[in-house]
Amino acid sequence: MKPARFGYHAPQSVEETCQLLASLEDAKVLAGGQSLVPLLNFRLARPAHLVDINRIGNLDRIYERDGGVAVQALARQSTVEDSELAARLCPLLPAALRQVAHRVIRNRGTVCGSLAHADPASELPAVMLALNGHVVAASARGQRIIPAADLFTSVMQTALAPDELLVEAWFPGAHGKYAIAEESRRHGDFALAGAVRYGDRLALFGVAATPVMADPRDPTKGLQPSGDLEATPEFRLHLVRALTERLFAA
Amino acid sequence: MTTRWFGERVQRVEDDRLLRGNGRFTDDIDQGALESVLVRSPFAHARIKSVDVSAARALPGVVAVYVAADLPFGQTDLPILIPHPNLTHGRTQRCLASQVVRYVGEAVAFVVAESRYVAEDAADLVEVEYEALPVVITPEAAAAAAHLVHDDVPGNVAAELLQEAGEVDKAMAAAPHRKRLHLRFERGAASPMEGRAVWARWSAGEHRLTVYDSTQSPTSIRGGLAVLFGLPESDVEVIAPDVGGGFGPKIMLFYPDELLVPFAAMKLRRPVKWTEDRQEHFTAVNQERGQVHEVEVGFDADGRVLALSDDFVHDAGAYTPYGIILPIITAAQVPGPYRVPNYRVRFRDVYTNATPTSPYRGAGRPHACFVMERTLDAIAAELSLDRVEVRRRNLIQPDQFPYEVGVAWQDGNRAIYDSGNYPALVDRTLEMLGPRPAGDHIGMGLSPYVEGTGVGPYEGAHVQVLVSGKVVAATGIPNQGQAHATVWAQIVADQLGVDVADVEVTSGDTRKFPWGVGTFASRGAVTAGNAMHVAAGMVAAKAKRVAADLLEADPADLELEGGQVRVKGSPDRGVPLAAVAVHANPMRYAFGGGTEAATQFTPRPRPGPPLPDGEQPGLEATGYYSPPGSTWASGCHAAYVRVDPKTFRLEILKYVVVHDCGRVINPMVLEGQIEGGVAQGIGGAFYERLAYDSDGQLRNASFMEFLMPYATEIPKIEIDHIETPSPLNPLGVKGAGEAGVIPVGAVLAAAIEEALGVPVTEMPLSPLKLFELSLESQDRGRKSQ
Amino acid sequence: MKVNGVAHPVPVDPRRLLSDHLRHDLGLTGTHVGCEHGVCGCCTVLLDGAPVRSCLMLAVQAEGHEVTTIEGLAQSGSPLHPVQQAFHECHGLQCGFCTPGFVMSVVGLLREHPDPTPEQVDEGIAGNLCRCTGYASIRRAVHRAAELSKK
Repeated sequence: MKPARFGYHAPQSVEETCQLLASLEDAKVLAGGQSLVPLLNFRLARPAHLVDINRIGNLDRIYERDGGVAVQALARQSTVEDSELAARLCPLLPAALRQVAHRVIRNRGTVCGSLAHADPASELPAVMLALNGHVVAASARGQRIIPAADLFTSVMQTALAPDELLVEAWFPGAHGKYAIAEESRRHGDFALAGAVRYGDRLALFGVAATPVMADPRDPTKGLQPSGDLEATPEFRLHLVRALTERLFAA
Repeated sequence: MTTRWFGERVQRVEDDRLLRGNGRFTDDIDQGALESVLVRSPFAHARIKSVDVSAARALPGVVAVYVAADLPFGQTDLPILIPHPNLTHGRTQRCLASQVVRYVGEAVAFVVAESRYVAEDAADLVEVEYEALPVVITPEAAAAAAHLVHDDVPGNVAAELLQEAGEVDKAMAAAPHRKRLHLRFERGAASPMEGRAVWARWSAGEHRLTVYDSTQSPTSIRGGLAVLFGLPESDVEVIAPDVGGGFGPKIMLFYPDELLVPFAAMKLRRPVKWTEDRQEHFTAVNQERGQVHEVEVGFDADGRVLALSDDFVHDAGAYTPYGIILPIITAAQVPGPYRVPNYRVRFRDVYTNATPTSPYRGAGRPHACFVMERTLDAIAAELSLDRVEVRRRNLIQPDQFPYEVGVAWQDGNRAIYDSGNYPALVDRTLEMLGPRPAGDHIGMGLSPYVEGTGVGPYEGAHVQVLVSGKVVAATGIPNQGQAHATVWAQIVADQLGVDVADVEVTSGDTRKFPWGVGTFASRGAVTAGNAMHVAAGMVAAKAKRVAADLLEADPADLELEGGQVRVKGSPDRGVPLAAVAVHANPMRYAFGGGTEAATQFTPRPRPGPPLPDGEQPGLEATGYYSPPGSTWASGCHAAYVRVDPKTFRLEILKYVVVHDCGRVINPMVLEGQIEGGVAQGIGGAFYERLAYDSDGQLRNASFMEFLMPYATEIPKIEIDHIETPSPLNPLGVKGAGEAGVIPVGAVLAAAIEEALGVPVTEMPLSPLKLFELSLESQDRGRKSQ
Repeated sequence: MKVNGVAHPVPVDPRRLLSDHLRHDLGLTGTHVGCEHGVCGCCTVLLDGAPVRSCLMLAVQAEGHEVTTIEGLAQSGSPLHPVQQAFHECHGLQCGFCTPGFVMSVVGLLREHPDPTPEQVDEGIAGNLCRCTGYASIRRAVHRAAELSKK
């Protein structure tokens, strides 16, 4: 379980990163590495190049923008979890982060990395979708905003182009009723099924190829979850109903 | 005997170096060793058409790549460790497969390189062409034998054994009530935190092979390597250094790497190491637990068992290197703490295209306990009787020992319980369990159990008092966390009247003690513990003989206390043990450390030769203990659980254990063993399973998906002890290593069944399984309306 | 990078994991490797004071950072660190393989929660697997360590 060989690049700036991503074939961005490095160790991922963005200065800020919380690419999950600003403007975000893996993983893992990794069973993509947030993508071609609704395209697939770096995630200010609930086998595991409520909005995770919005009154409508060792499609649908009931009972 | 240390909560002497990061595990040893990787089969069953290692050999940094044809022992079947007359079709693998692979993970080639990174690169370049063969993956499929795992093993049956005590057919026919059950237990994995590892060096000048191995049996590895390489045993030394958990599978020998690493070290004249990674651990290391039982029980109106018949299939995996010990244990342990006047048990040990099986903590017993306890719960349900009351009515009573079960035990003897008080266990358990918590969807489970422990054939120990007065002790069995360095020191310290801190124990190092068997089957305390007691007792006796000369006293009037040998009743008439050690070795040359006192011109205490006839120099002795039969520990677990009716999440509200392993050497260590065992049992009952698909691929071969519990999944466990000493050994001890795990499945099955109102007939469970069971139960409810 | 206060060059091979570098290049074998996919926690070390998995970092990434391993908690010959002492007193270890990772995680936990609640203890040590103890003694050790740290 050792990584295969790769070309290693440690750019010092976003611009340099974008140039590398534009010029290198088969490059992967390495941020916190908490999802990528296991894949490298299993040799399930064998990118020709790793672009390690950890040496870029001033890319770890958490700041207020447009009434919401902007989280830059190198802000660690634990820092955001402890952020007074996030707690004040968007308390759902720290609440969701506390469900992400374990604190030791969150010490290194990043919010933006989790969004770019786009595991359908992870919490943050669903949170961003429920809140109608967006991400900022940078490339040699310039910057663009990708709304949450357009970001997640399939299992671990996003609308980010291969030459784009996710530089910032934005979570709107959210003061309405919020809650997150999930069923996982062990504390900190990926969810068999999960649900995020913000006001009347409901986003589900772990039950489709991407996080999905659902109708709280009929949350399983149109859902066709896949099955795995720990949950059949039927069990996932059952859990979605149970979780939705729990979130909207309060 | 004074007992100042035995029975005390002595804190562990091994902790300091482990806590500082100064432990020494096999992978910690480098010394310029080459690193290696095994190329393993990705197929569960396939014919090997060709193996091409040329690209791998050509990779820079690669030192050697071996296939079967490169090995002098390449065409030798590995040994059947425990032959048995009923193992009519025993089969073992070869070190490297060259014709057919029979499980995912079977080794095909061995790569040695300058680093593990390069070795893995090279392994990727080994081209093996396979022709897939039909796969047999469940015990049921194996028994149905639509396909064969071994062409020459008809019906996939490695062994069949039928045993009967009493007259089952007659008693069954006469029984007022009868019930049949179909019960299933899936495979599990021990998953010690340290995987397996081997490091070897050949010293040509000294003609010595040194092997560090994360094994539970260094003495056996040494014997096997000597035979394989044609070396005198005295030229081979095997050390199990710190071992990061064993739990059974590290008792298995030989894994291919245990031969390949020493072979390569001898061939290449450089140290070579192999350290398993977690991914390969999942398929390359032996597993256990897969069994399917068909039970019939006959009972009376009071719930008393009159006859029990169990016909079960045991999943051997692809080979049977460990013989048929596991199903033999299950067969003997099904009756447990209960009187079963007429008992018949048949098993078939069947081949499947999965990793071979050998003992994993509990070793055949969790399944046996599950079978009996589910049977008693079924009886209670049938008769509408209280489940605990049904158990009480069937328990063996304290005046019935020794109690003979009527079938064979794993040591070749009959299974005979030496001592116990089972009703007292149940009483105390209920007392600790207390009243049922308020609320819905709560269930209770209770299960007493027995565990045959301390099997022979023997262990030994060497104890020596140094001229400094410090004591060194060694035994052949290695330690994987059981606190041997502390508990053996307690036993020795009591015999020699010294402080535990003055006793330094080495275990599992054939350089220090070459004889013995291994650490398994809850046998360390009984076998090595008593051997330590015997050896230290011999040293104490010798100390009295030597001191008797010095003190001009009768040895019978002396005692060892406070680091002295002294006259009983006259504590000021004594000599330090250090001085006795000096005088035990009459000498010509003083070398410091007080040894001048034993040289030839100092006054002689006694006429005659300096070393008395029949006496050996030095204050040391080697002693052995060979048990006449197994000691049978016992216990009772009970729990209250709550199952969320919507999410099927399990919450263990209370878990209590009452345990009886005879005299307790160190309660703190014992409680640690039990707490860890229960946690492993909870893991095996509700979180962990080995999910093989029909192609024989293990679909959850990572810690992401093989769900070993974290602290958040394990409740507080309340423990109490009762002590029924074993009459079979001087210390009165019984084994305790596996006890924690045995009844957990049975307890949780009963509790969950009651909490959710669904029938539980299999292990492990999961929220998904409970969801499906409750759907089935609703369907049945609708149909019956 | 600095490891336990001593400066070291980073390795040449970028794919070398920090865990392997610490163990096999620097000889700090107290950091153990149990899964190499970030689940078991045996390889936990402090990176600039916060616990992280050393198997999920490339050694080159530690350049310019301060790494503390189990060997860095208490100097040889001096008394154990309060967390180590508490594990000893509470029998918080058996085979000792997972122990350095637990100790480093608990050092991090107590830095954030000097007086942790039982729930904070469970959450703080969830993320480290132990196969020997069943966690009961480790929980006791964390509470004891909190007491010892205050003295």
